[in-house]
Amino acid sequence: MSAHPYMPNSTPGLERALLDAVGAPDVESLFSQIPAAHRMKGELELPPALVSEAALRRHMVDMLARNESCERNLSFLGGGIWQHHVPAICDEIVRRSEFLTPVWGTPSSDHGRNQAWFEFTSQLAELIGMDFVGLPVYSWGCAAGHAVRMAARMTGRAHVLVPDTISPERLAVIRTYCGAAELPGQIEIELVGHDAATGGIDVGDLERRISARTAAVLFDNPSFLGGIEQRAVEIAALARSHGAETIVGVDPLSLGIVAPPCDYGVDIVVGSTQPLGVHMSCGGGAGGFIATRDDPRYAREYPTLLLSISETVAGEHGFGIALFEQTSYGSREEGNDWTGNSVYLWAIANAVYMSLMGPEGFADVGRLIIARSHYAARRLAEVDGVRVVFPEGFFKEFVVDFGGSGKRVAEVNRGLRDRGIFGGKDLSRDFPELGQSALYCVTEVHTQGDLDRLAVAVAEVVA
Amino acid sequence: MKLRRYHAAVWDEPLVMEMGAPGRRGVVFGEAEPGIASAVGDPDALVPGGMRRVAPPALPELSEPEVLRHYLHLSQETLGMMGVSLFGTCTMKYNPRLATELAARPEIAELHPDQDDETLQGVLELVYGLDLILRGVSGMDAFVFQPGGGAHAAYTHAVITRAYHAARGELSRRDEVVTTIQAHPCNSATASAAGFKIVTLPLEENGYPSLDALKAAVSERTASLMVNNPDDMGVYNPEIDKWVEVVHDAGGLCFYDHANFNGVMGKIKARELGFDACMYMLHKTFGAPKGGGGPAVGAYGCTEELARFLPEPVVVRDGDRYRLDRDRPDSVGKVREFWGNVPQLVYAYTWSRAMGAEGIRQASDISVLANNYMEKRLLAIRGVTKSQPHLTAPRLEMTRYSLEAVERDTGITVFDVQNRMVDFGIDAFWLSHEPWLVPQPFTPEAGEMWSKEDIDEWIDALAHVVDEAYADPEIVRTAPHNQAIHRLGPTDINDPAHWATTWRAYTRKRRARDGVAS
Repeated sequence: MSAHPYMPNSTPGLERALLDAVGAPDVESLFSQIPAAHRMKGELELPPALVSEAALRRHMVDMLARNESCERNLSFLGGGIWQHHVPAICDEIVRRSEFLTPVWGTPSSDHGRNQAWFEFTSQLAELIGMDFVGLPVYSWGCAAGHAVRMAARMTGRAHVLVPDTISPERLAVIRTYCGAAELPGQIEIELVGHDAATGGIDVGDLERRISARTAAVLFDNPSFLGGIEQRAVEIAALARSHGAETIVGVDPLSLGIVAPPCDYGVDIVVGSTQPLGVHMSCGGGAGGFIATRDDPRYAREYPTLLLSISETVAGEHGFGIALFEQTSYGSREEGNDWTGNSVYLWAIANAVYMSLMGPEGFADVGRLIIARSHYAARRLAEVDGVRVVFPEGFFKEFVVDFGGSGKRVAEVNRGLRDRGIFGGKDLSRDFPELGQSALYCVTEVHTQGDLDRLAVAVAEVVA
Repeated sequence: MKLRRYHAAVWDEPLVMEMGAPGRRGVVFGEAEPGIASAVGDPDALVPGGMRRVAPPALPELSEPEVLRHYLHLSQETLGMMGVSLFGTCTMKYNPRLATELAARPEIAELHPDQDDETLQGVLELVYGLDLILRGVSGMDAFVFQPGGGAHAAYTHAVITRAYHAARGELSRRDEVVTTIQAHPCNSATASAAGFKIVTLPLEENGYPSLDALKAAVSERTASLMVNNPDDMGVYNPEIDKWVEVVHDAGGLCFYDHANFNGVMGKIKARELGFDACMYMLHKTFGAPKGGGGPAVGAYGCTEELARFLPEPVVVRDGDRYRLDRDRPDSVGKVREFWGNVPQLVYAYTWSRAMGAEGIRQASDISVLANNYMEKRLLAIRGVTKSQPHLTAPRLEMTRYSLEAVERDTGITVFDVQNRMVDFGIDAFWLSHEPWLVPQPFTPEAGEMWSKEDIDEWIDALAHVVDEAYADPEIVRTAPHNQAIHRLGPTDINDPAHWATTWRAYTRKRRARDGVAS
């Protein structure tokens, strides 16, 4: 048998040399700690090895060819993972082996990577207007879950108010993070209604539900259904007047044109990092962040690792981990929630992306997206039997109701797929009150021609 | 022994926040087509009044080549496993670049998780295939890949434990999770975050907690056991099957944190030892890259009995088609959005197929052989001792050592040694999780990807640094000397006056310290 290309010591000669150095007769003798009764029964049954890279590549390429991508089709799917342009050098940088393969390092030896992480937190801080940002977490929903738990610890309360327009996917994650009724520490989640005209939070309903037992009000801006929250200032003020924290989830790509959370009195900001230079990868591009004011009251509740700028003995910039003792690495179950591997490589893609964008890039992409999404909404609204539920005040996503056509979303999407189009996400199961509605997402990657093609195809399909 | 004359690239690279010039652009999107502009008018007017951004973000303004070169410089100022990294407990592993190429293809990179299953047949087949491979190595009945890391898989277990006992009406009185002091901190931390009380067993004479201690800790309040085996001192608990029996007899579940799987893969199966669930870190054992801390995957596998509680969706096969099963009424719901870090699954599948059963078995042999080879040479170095030296059986894929004697003799600590070894292009070694049971600990793990020459080079570098500690400790204490920057100074970044996790906080605090009006 040939030596395996991934294993330099897989030659018979080297095995013998290592055994001789150890003074062991054979490899088996080195496993003497494991009782015979523990050893696995029978053979390890796995598919046959494809050691030849050429053969393996062929197998993989054939398998992946059975996928239909959003590159070859025209896709309007969003809702938590979005198709945005990824600049080529984001990919170039995250494929650098120095960033791709290692695990940790020291402040001096892996200084460049630490600096890239710090440039992620620093640039994100400018976008959202907060000056304390943790290293990334798994996703937006996970960030929201941790943020709710931070608020509960800070306030000593166990009740959170969330609008009923929240992403069902994220809400499911937050529910998990909020615990179980039978165990201590559960945080109750109460849903708040939305304004039927705007899709924004029903502030009257919020006012009725908020109380001195409320730890936090959590909302997203834009909301899952796409709308920019117009009453954000009132919501945050209402939370503050009840001693509750305001948590907002944002799409950072909206912040070139939409007010940053610091402008409307938010305490904890969370959101997705995927729009900032990370491919969708079937959901594998997900990433999240947590940010606040630089106030020890908040800083001491972070579960994440916190990278601080500092100085070396020679006066250079260097970076170290601050407040390590409050993490699970530092204090096991006494720490704040837990931390571990997250999406640190994507933080580098995010840093590259934000440096390419600059203030003008964010403003331009924001204007382009909002113009194109509104154009698409208006074209679709012209189709008989099709209605845009909240026709104004959204960013890149909007709700399209096909109820008037007598067609179900599933049927519409099937018809669109025959025309090379992935229609919007079907909302009929999660939002039955919206009837046969779908969430359409339009971004900078969609041209006017794409949007016209969509409108024509929808008209054909619903006719 | 001849060490490399290594020196890191030193670029004195400024912070990106200080770079650029007004008006420069790194990316341009163009304007909306005239047809769009005439239809919708001024885009700014589409943002509801009062919610428009007033002040632009204070981001740097750079051209595309500047950004590229800046981040290339930062990559070069990162040792990043360009040398030899034997970072124990993390199993530094070859990450097949074939998978890098495959994961970048639009058939992975440009997929949306909410596409119709019919358009995702390739990726669903890959996920299902990886599920089958992990069932093969573990004996479990089902795997999911939603957890975004090993700790997240431990959390998933805690959440499934809640659902399992809640379904039996026992959760309110089963509120304890039992673990050991040598289990990874994520087990106790995630179980605690899920609402459980933690019972931690100390090590005893044999290198692991005694069965009697376990029996004393387990009761009708036990919800689950969460353990690693072998632990990261390389010690295997030979009574683990009896542990499982004790916990099962009390009505608890047993979770096998397979962080240290490399030395036992193809040797034992979690299910055959009686475990209800286990976890593999695909970014450790199965060839996915670590990315400096993710994206990662904690693949969580369990028995048929627990499978109904798994986070949804789960990939299932119907005949020759694959689909996402979202209709799972007993599911715990979600621990993260969507169904996993798919690019990492491409690596894990690629690696597993390239290795096959024989390769995986051989990799564990080589890992254990290489560790024992290291041990022979390391213990010959002055001042290096082994954890629990009375345990004479060969350790598995790693061994914990101590530089206590070196520290006592010279004042040189393991941190100093880390900082000096990087001067020779050797990535920092792993020390130990908290708490440090062994003083001045270090934990190298050779794995199967490093050649004998690499391992010898690593050992030679350590031997050289220990010699320096005795002969010229100042050179070690002031290390590194060949890196992009010097070691950090004495500033206390746990002090709110000094910590700064962003440039804007840093500049504000610096101004305040300098007494300059802002």
